[in-house]
Amino acid sequence: MRVYTTARTAFRALRRNPMRAMLTTLGIVIGVGAVIAMMEIGAGSSTALKKTIASMGANVLVIRPGTASSGGVSFGAGSTTTLTPEDSQAILRECPSISNATPMVRARVQVVYGNRNWVPNAIYGATPAYLDVQDWTILAQGEPFSDRDVLNGNRVCLVGQTIVRELFEGESPVSKEIRLKNIAFKVIGVLTPKGANMMGFDQDDVILAPWTTIKYRVTGASSSTSNQSTSSTSSDSVNTLSNLYPATQGGLYPEKASVQQADNPMPIRFENIDQIMAAAINSGEIANAIEQVGAVLRERHHLRPGEPDDFNIRDMAELTKTLSTTTTLMTNLLLAVAMISLVVGGVGIMNIMLVSVTERTREIGLRMAVGARGKDILRQFLVEAVVLCLTGGAMGIVLGHGGSLLVKLLLKWPVETSLTAIAAAVLVSAGVGIIFGFYPAWKASRLDPIEALRYE
Amino acid sequence: MDLITLRGIEKTYQMGDIAVPVLKGISLAIRQGELVALTGSSGSGKSTLMNILGCLDRPTAGEYWLDGQEISQLTTDERALLRNRKLGFVFQSFNLLARTSAIENVAMPLTYAAEDLNDREARERAAEMLVRVGLADRLDHHPAQLSGGQQQRVAIARALINHPPVLFADEPTGNLDSKTSEEVLQMFERLNTEDGITIIMVTHDPKVAGHAKRVIRMGDGVILEDAAPISATGGKA
Ligand SMILES: Nc1ncnc2c1ncn2[C@@H]1O[C@H](COP(=O)(O)OP(=O)(O)OP(=O)(O)O)[C@@H](O)[C@H]1O
Ligand SMILES: [Mg+2]
Repeated sequence: MRVYTTARTAFRALRRNPMRAMLTTLGIVIGVGAVIAMMEIGAGSSTALKKTIASMGANVLVIRPGTASSGGVSFGAGSTTTLTPEDSQAILRECPSISNATPMVRARVQVVYGNRNWVPNAIYGATPAYLDVQDWTILAQGEPFSDRDVLNGNRVCLVGQTIVRELFEGESPVSKEIRLKNIAFKVIGVLTPKGANMMGFDQDDVILAPWTTIKYRVTGASSSTSNQSTSSTSSDSVNTLSNLYPATQGGLYPEKASVQQADNPMPIRFENIDQIMAAAINSGEIANAIEQVGAVLRERHHLRPGEPDDFNIRDMAELTKTLSTTTTLMTNLLLAVAMISLVVGGVGIMNIMLVSVTERTREIGLRMAVGARGKDILRQFLVEAVVLCLTGGAMGIVLGHGGSLLVKLLLKWPVETSLTAIAAAVLVSAGVGIIFGFYPAWKASRLDPIEALRYE
Repeated sequence: MDLITLRGIEKTYQMGDIAVPVLKGISLAIRQGELVALTGSSGSGKSTLMNILGCLDRPTAGEYWLDGQEISQLTTDERALLRNRKLGFVFQSFNLLARTSAIENVAMPLTYAAEDLNDREARERAAEMLVRVGLADRLDHHPAQLSGGQQQRVAIARALINHPPVLFADEPTGNLDSKTSEEVLQMFERLNTEDGITIIMVTHDPKVAGHAKRVIRMGDGVILEDAAPISATGGKA
């Protein structure tokens, strides 16, 4: 009853001068409206931005074999071969923060199609999970290769847009055969364009094949120096020095005849790979993911505590940093705008409440004469200010939401309805009412009933 | 038993360095059911005394016993509670809330009452009061839609809503013509005789004072003359 009466009294007091109440709340309406609209548009852009950055590989972890060192001379990352495809499977299985993982081998050899040739930036051997890790699952044409292709070491591959341009001059490469070091691969799909990465590396200049195929048929062994020079591979037959300095290393196992291979698909056995590429569930989980991967690998590699890692894990720290600074900057900017508009709105409320207290001095005196205590008066005016602000806040929410919907409709910007923003707007407008309504209400509560009653 | 007892009440206003004594030792006793008129020249301290009697102000010195309770030392909140429960006020300028119906004006003091009435009960009680002051057909009129006399009757109904034993009226007829003044005074007499409510009113008008059973004349902060009550047994005290 008491709260209800107080609220009703407040509404009635505001209704006595609806135009003034409207104009008073305008500051809050615009402030809250702007905040809601910006929050919704901001959240939309932020999600879009996150997606873009994720597609650039912000969630990706690269795990490479550790550093070999001998007598204090380090040979650099990847100079030992310690990672196995089973490590990759274990990472996927045992790390909750990892959404997918693929073993990878790399090669750099000449590719020939018809009378054209080209040396791609990268020839990757991986599993189909690679496409998922790289957020690259949608193909421009054709189909991705399957886990069965990986198991059997099938000679199939996907090509990037640059390869299509350079080798196929725009014609569809699907079902065509290209040769990598004289091994024929059937092109079964074309990757969508991805452009250059942050380092200016053309990500479309790539050929993707089952890692087993690349490892056992193309490189023959893990290429600890994966940058085999183009000239040395392509000039095998002419350069006699190549016998002295063999560019290709023999396989761990002898090459099989094709009949043998058909009868006997490639057995999975102990082998090492160049790196493992894994994706964290989201960019916020990267730190956890690194920890989990480290733990799993240390256990699998039987490393004792204190022994250094025989692998290293790298994330796209720079990308993540960019992402987080961009979002914090945006959030802070919004917050600053929100603060300014709400303070302006609050000052308006305070101003009008002071006028209202002065105007209603006699009413206050009367209420005190019939038994209202100081705190009753304080509460009444405080509730009035809060009601004023909440009404303004509600109108602001409608206005801001409408505005952001309009932006979505007309400008096609990504917009995300934010319940947090709405809840925050309600809380903040009530807070503004309390903060800026307090002084006038306190002033009212301190009036002397006799003087208030005598006030003209 | 006396309802109100004043002993040596003094009130001094401090105007900067100068002390302005307004009440200079007032002692008086008012019994339950009296109808008292307080008269005197302008500036003699009538309103000041009324404010002290009405617990709106504290005396600088002296004792004030109301209904067996010494109240000159009560806190602000305690006095507010006391006003709500035991005292009713009628003002010269009515002091009704504008743009608020008669019934809501009358129900207003219930908001601050200790007993927690719901909305319907409060309206019923207010309507009852308005019927008693003869405004049964004006419940939803706003002050602007009422005559001066009707407005003052709404104010009286408001003063009575919490059934106080005492009613204070500072120049209740000051803004009314002689005919409506007469109506209001007759209502006071009826409330006094029928309901036994103690009424203390300030007035300049000897005709108005003539309705009272006891007339206290003040001058320069002291009581000059206190005409003994003709019949102090008007109520059922
Ligand atoms: N707040 C105050 N501060 C200083 N002096 C005051 C104050 N209130 C009243 N006075 C003084 O006290 C004296 C008595 O005032 P009061 O209002 O009680 O007179 P009154 O008898 O009611 O006069 P009137 O018949 O004109 O209403 C006046 O001289 C007035 O100037
Ligand atoms: Mg006076």
